[in-house]
Amino acid sequence: MIDEIQKNLLREIADLHAVPEGAYNIRANGEKAGRATTENIDIVTKEDKQGIDIIIKPFTKNESVHIPVIISESGLKEVVYNDFHIGEGANVVIIAGCGIHNCGTQTAEHSGIHTFYIGKNANVRYVEKHYGDGDGTGENIMNPTTEIYMEEGSRMEMETTQIKGVSSTVRNTTAKLAAGANLVVKEKIMTHGTQLAETNFVVDLDGDGSGTNLISRSVAKDRSHQIFRSNIRGNAKCHGHTECDAIIMDEATVAAIPEITANSIEASLIHEAAIGKIAGEQIIKLMTLGLDEKEAEEQIISGFLK
Amino acid sequence: MLELRNISFSADTENGTKGILKNVNLTVDERFVAITGPNGGGKSTLAKVIAGILTPTEGQILLDGEDITNLSITERARRGVSFAFQQPVRFKGITVKDLITLAAGKKIGVSEACEYLSEVGLCARDYINREVNASLSGGELKRIEIATVLARGTKLSLFDEPEAGIDLWSFNNLIKVFENLYAKKGGSIFIISHQERILNIADKIVVVANGEISRTGTKDEVLPALLGKANAACPTLSDKVI
Repeated sequence: MIDEIQKNLLREIADLHAVPEGAYNIRANGEKAGRATTENIDIVTKEDKQGIDIIIKPFTKNESVHIPVIISESGLKEVVYNDFHIGEGANVVIIAGCGIHNCGTQTAEHSGIHTFYIGKNANVRYVEKHYGDGDGTGENIMNPTTEIYMEEGSRMEMETTQIKGVSSTVRNTTAKLAAGANLVVKEKIMTHGTQLAETNFVVDLDGDGSGTNLISRSVAKDRSHQIFRSNIRGNAKCHGHTECDAIIMDEATVAAIPEITANSIEASLIHEAAIGKIAGEQIIKLMTLGLDEKEAEEQIISGFLK
Repeated sequence: MLELRNISFSADTENGTKGILKNVNLTVDERFVAITGPNGGGKSTLAKVIAGILTPTEGQILLDGEDITNLSITERARRGVSFAFQQPVRFKGITVKDLITLAAGKKIGVSEACEYLSEVGLCARDYINREVNASLSGGELKRIEIATVLARGTKLSLFDEPEAGIDLWSFNNLIKVFENLYAKKGGSIFIISHQERILNIADKIVVVANGEISRTGTKDEVLPALLGKANAACPTLSDKVI
């Protein structure tokens, strides 16, 4: 049974106001809290470790899978392995995410290890949101690891968002792309207080015609610290672009370390990184529209992270 | 009505304090007031002082009789002062629709936002969802900047060289934009410009040079002397005043 706190977490991380349509698996405090499968999407509990296998049949079209994780027990620590097997030609949306409500003094920690096997010409949109709240002093830690294996002609768009309440996160994402595969990653992070957010991407463009676009936008406030690392390795005739754009405020610190490695003369790779405070002229412009300084700042940040 | 009383503004430079505005007195009660004069004469500073972006070293600013000298940019904006920057500001992530909605100060539909864009000669559908960032040209940003002031529709609209960066077709329409703005919203339009066609539609022309108002009057009173003087003594200004 899901209580009100958990319902709120579901709203925050997956925009769920009711039981989702289609396939879903809700994990609450380390246990299965709900599951549904469809004719085309099966969800199977792993027997050797914590986690599930999500099996999507070839050529499944316009279906979605929700797999949110919610934790409201202070002190709960878990490592969960979820494997996604996406059949050839499928076109699906996968909505994940983790929400922690920590009212206690102990650390609550979720490490989700997600592995995607994306079949030939399949198209996946993956949305992952991390959120924390609660009035306890215990930390909320989330360390997602995402491994992606993309077959020929497949496409994945990954949107990850962490806006509030996560004390510490280390996000590791690796991907291997076959010929014609395309991976787009859009990451949005905002840190407050003394939070730490570390992001590491390693993408191997192994096949001719493969491509990737890694875009990270982040805002670091107070005394928080962020590190962004990306490495795109062009191992064939491919194109890759990585971009880190950060707004820094207060006493926060941000490091951006984009790296590109061309192992083929046909590889075309670009990296960009920019870190800076909000431009004073932006604040002034919005103030001339009638916003006060705080409203102007909020508007600039929300637009930047939109 | 806007009234400037003994406004002075000084700035610190490497060579000490420099007076940018010196004891400026001005009353704006007309529809169109054009401010002109040589570069570096203090025109943009004057507009920024009125908008609250710069604080005068001395003097008083009154809007409809209320002393707004010590009010912030926001408070002046909320009392009905709008400002179109000479160099529009870029924003990552904020769309044209977002900016016009913020300017309007209320939720507006796409069709209303498109009306403002159409008025400044932009094909609205192509722009409404674009970010106000470096992907837009200087001329496009300039027109969007003007559209934000149209969306505000306040009692005092300040435009700092609205013609700069605008192509000829848009420039011809700019005159209509100002006329429509007045017809719809009333109030006063305060334009810094070097363009004779803009000076020609002004009810009052104010010439600012060396931080002082050197001449004030109607176009018939000011333009002949201004153009004659420009032609005789200031080729740079002559080139700018078409």
